[in-house]
Amino acid sequence: MAAKKVRTLEDVTIRFAGDSGDGMQLTGTQFTNTVAALGADLSTLPDYPAEIRAPAGTKYGVSGFQVRFGSTEILTPGDVCDVLVAMNPAALVTNLRLLRDGGTIIVNEDGFTEKNLKLANLSSNPLEDGSLTKFSVHRVAISKLTANALSDMNLSPRLVEKTKNFFALGLMYWLYNRPLDQSVRFIEEKFGQKDRDVAEANLRVLKAGYNFGDTTEIFTTRYDVQAAKLPPGKYRSIMGNVATALGLVAAARKSGLDLFLGSYPITPASDILHELSRFKEFGVKTFQAEDEIAAICAAIGASYAGSLGATTTSGPGLALKTEALGLGIMLELPLVVIDVQRGGPSTGLPTKTEQADLLQAVHGRNSEAPLCVLAAATPADCFAMAYEASRIAVKFMTPVICLTDGYLGNGAEPWLIPDVDELPEIPVEFAKDPATFQPYSRDDKTLARPWAIPGTPGLEHRIGGLEKENVTGNISYDPDNHDYMVKIRAAKIQRIAEDIPLQTVEGDESGDLLLVGWGSTYGSVKTAVSRLRAAGRSVSHAHLRYLNPLPRNLGEILRKFKHVLVPEINNGQLVQLLRATYLVDARGFNLVRGLPLSAEEIEERIEEYFGGNHA
Amino acid sequence: MPETIDSAAPAVKYTIRDFQSDQDVRWCPGCGDYSILAQIQRVFPEFNRRKEVYVGVSGIGCSSRFPYYMDIYGIHGIHGRAPAIASGVKLANPDLDVWVATGDGDGLSIGGNHMIHMLRRNINIKVLLFNNQIYGLTKGQYSPTSLLGQITKSTPLGVIDYPFVPVSLALGAGATLVARTMDRDPKHLQEMIRRAENHHGSAFIEIYQNCNVFNDGAFFKFTEKDTRDDNVVYLEHGKPLVFGKQKEKGIRLNGFTPEIVELNSGNASVNDLLVHNEEDSTLAFILANMIHDPRLPRPMGVFISVIRPSYEDQLTQQIARARSKKGEGNLQKLLDGDETWIIQ
Repeated sequence: MAAKKVRTLEDVTIRFAGDSGDGMQLTGTQFTNTVAALGADLSTLPDYPAEIRAPAGTKYGVSGFQVRFGSTEILTPGDVCDVLVAMNPAALVTNLRLLRDGGTIIVNEDGFTEKNLKLANLSSNPLEDGSLTKFSVHRVAISKLTANALSDMNLSPRLVEKTKNFFALGLMYWLYNRPLDQSVRFIEEKFGQKDRDVAEANLRVLKAGYNFGDTTEIFTTRYDVQAAKLPPGKYRSIMGNVATALGLVAAARKSGLDLFLGSYPITPASDILHELSRFKEFGVKTFQAEDEIAAICAAIGASYAGSLGATTTSGPGLALKTEALGLGIMLELPLVVIDVQRGGPSTGLPTKTEQADLLQAVHGRNSEAPLCVLAAATPADCFAMAYEASRIAVKFMTPVICLTDGYLGNGAEPWLIPDVDELPEIPVEFAKDPATFQPYSRDDKTLARPWAIPGTPGLEHRIGGLEKENVTGNISYDPDNHDYMVKIRAAKIQRIAEDIPLQTVEGDESGDLLLVGWGSTYGSVKTAVSRLRAAGRSVSHAHLRYLNPLPRNLGEILRKFKHVLVPEINNGQLVQLLRATYLVDARGFNLVRGLPLSAEEIEERIEEYFGGNHA
Repeated sequence: MPETIDSAAPAVKYTIRDFQSDQDVRWCPGCGDYSILAQIQRVFPEFNRRKEVYVGVSGIGCSSRFPYYMDIYGIHGIHGRAPAIASGVKLANPDLDVWVATGDGDGLSIGGNHMIHMLRRNINIKVLLFNNQIYGLTKGQYSPTSLLGQITKSTPLGVIDYPFVPVSLALGAGATLVARTMDRDPKHLQEMIRRAENHHGSAFIEIYQNCNVFNDGAFFKFTEKDTRDDNVVYLEHGKPLVFGKQKEKGIRLNGFTPEIVELNSGNASVNDLLVHNEEDSTLAFILANMIHDPRLPRPMGVFISVIRPSYEDQLTQQIARARSKKGEGNLQKLLDGDETWIIQ
């Protein structure tokens, strides 16, 4: 066996695609964890259908997982991929448009049966009809090789079929020079105790895939990606939804409060509920409510009783919570609402990403109902922003909505794990003194009212959704009192601006064009702006994590640029807020396809601007 | 973490005044709600618990003003959501004694879903459902307990919805204590409040309540002196179902069907009568269904009272078990997760 060449790459993007029952998400996650542990920077994008098990072989049943990793800073999961691993014809044809010209295709040729070609609406076999000539195609009999590896184990054909994703994984480990041990540990932990046969089969197939790479003539070159130069420290790979869950637990612990999560399952937010339900030893109480409304109402009740009340949802669920958010604003209790945005309106695109709940979060309630809105920029940033949402909620006695999205929630990246002792303090002081207690008196600095919890002697008081008299909290229909209370509730939210960091700008502080982004477009905008700056363009980037109130220096920043461009995965929402707030002629760049904006698309739009097309 | 409440008896002996808030009661003069409020304020001091452990939670409607008038902790929430808000209060701090005041519209129409799920979970919360078979606060539309044919503001030609039987709904939802009582029978109402307080689990008390403005006299057949005895049968655990002015009538089961027997006729004696058993859920449904036969008296009292582990007890146990197995959670370890790597 001739030794194979090893080529070093700076970064590479791989897309795994197969039936939704083929385990592509698991394969992708395994590959990610192994790559992460070797110190590469990375970013991932799961892309799966709404149906749990759509009919096998069909195009709408295709599930994909893209991972980009490199020795340089990786900000996005890649606009296009270098390698496509396709388990059947449907997976191949639906993902081909995402493969760069000259890219590599690795197919399970056993999946290209008459039946599967027909299910993918293909009249001819793309492996044979010459349609793939601009790619480098490697045909591997993955199903057959998997069956061979397990021939003496006397397993059901169904089980054999289910292990073939590990063959693909093993092969990719070989091709990218990654060790098997992380996945071996995973298989042992997941199946080892429960079912020896399943564990043994998966291990064998994983190794068979790896060894196949080594012995076959198909592959002549292996690739290597060095560790990235990330800031020193301890890292782990983390998905956005997990980071959100940890942020809430950390905030509860630092504040000395019990975390109470009221939640109703909804894609793509359910994983936060799943995570938190495992943390009982932290005193976390998770309550799977009968609906979205009950979920937030229970969280409000828990906050009243002295817990850190939180609820997690996605757009349609946030719509259902609207009235209760108004109650939370009226009661002036801490409440953290996580909205993992997805495509809409209505049921929309449940498994696809979007940023179109911004105006719903900022304005979507009856009457004057201001609250604080934050947004995470990357999967790991979900930790920081969930923590920050909790801190602000408790300090200002207010509901806070923290926006993430499907792409952030399911995407993963390396996370420099914070030292618990260095997390910001979240001081909590419950009212205790009956002599001075007034339910709606206010702190001079924050305008927050006192938090008096049931069980405290002498502080028995009633709060509710009817308008409050200033200071006493008694019901009041007085016109001037209502005007005062409307304004004081708004002023309280504005005070948060004094408590949050100033907005920063990446690039020059002034110039021709400023891109203002928020949420999950961070990586793409940053990539596009850096490339164009390197090419000499006068363009900078401000990424907002605080959306209500906006950072107090934002207006000043906007005015230092000739033009402002706002890329968003919606039909123009932040751009409206900026125009209304600052009277600037900000323009939008809006693509609403259920997909992240790509760096290339943003780059093209910026070039258009510099090409003289300022429209 | 909130400190555990000292559940020891209060230092002073409370009186009715201790549970009256400083707010003016603003129900219509003559409303049945006044009696319900008075009986609660009268009975609460008997329980000898510190006042600060009580939390009253309500939604929207006439009945939902209730928390404002009790000098205890309280939330006046949004329409129909009191059971959900109360669930959060109770789960956050199981030491609290949580009461929900609701009505037939708030609790069974807009909030019907929360009601059945709270009862199903058996969270230790007490529900007082003020049933007046009408929407009062919105001025006279029909409710989910209004009677077929009832003329209301929104049904000038009569109601064509079939009404809920609140007791049947609560039984169907799996409530562990279900009872019916009346605003104009203070002694019985007080007794039902005591039963709710002493029950460990969800308790559902339907209270027939007269809305003298929009549905006056809806329950007079059951509540007024001259008609009550012939139209109401009081349920008592272990006792035969006897009613009538001279206790001359009883209820006998014919198969699964209750029927009236005359005790003085010589054809039946007390020994033939149905004997109430609060722990028999089949019997509870039979008694609840008596409402569908207009000849039969209306049962008042506890239909069912059984003990099942409450939701909050099980939640507390799960937390305790997790802590005894894994120790108090270590946050740094949690953040680190299973796989970490160091970059120098």
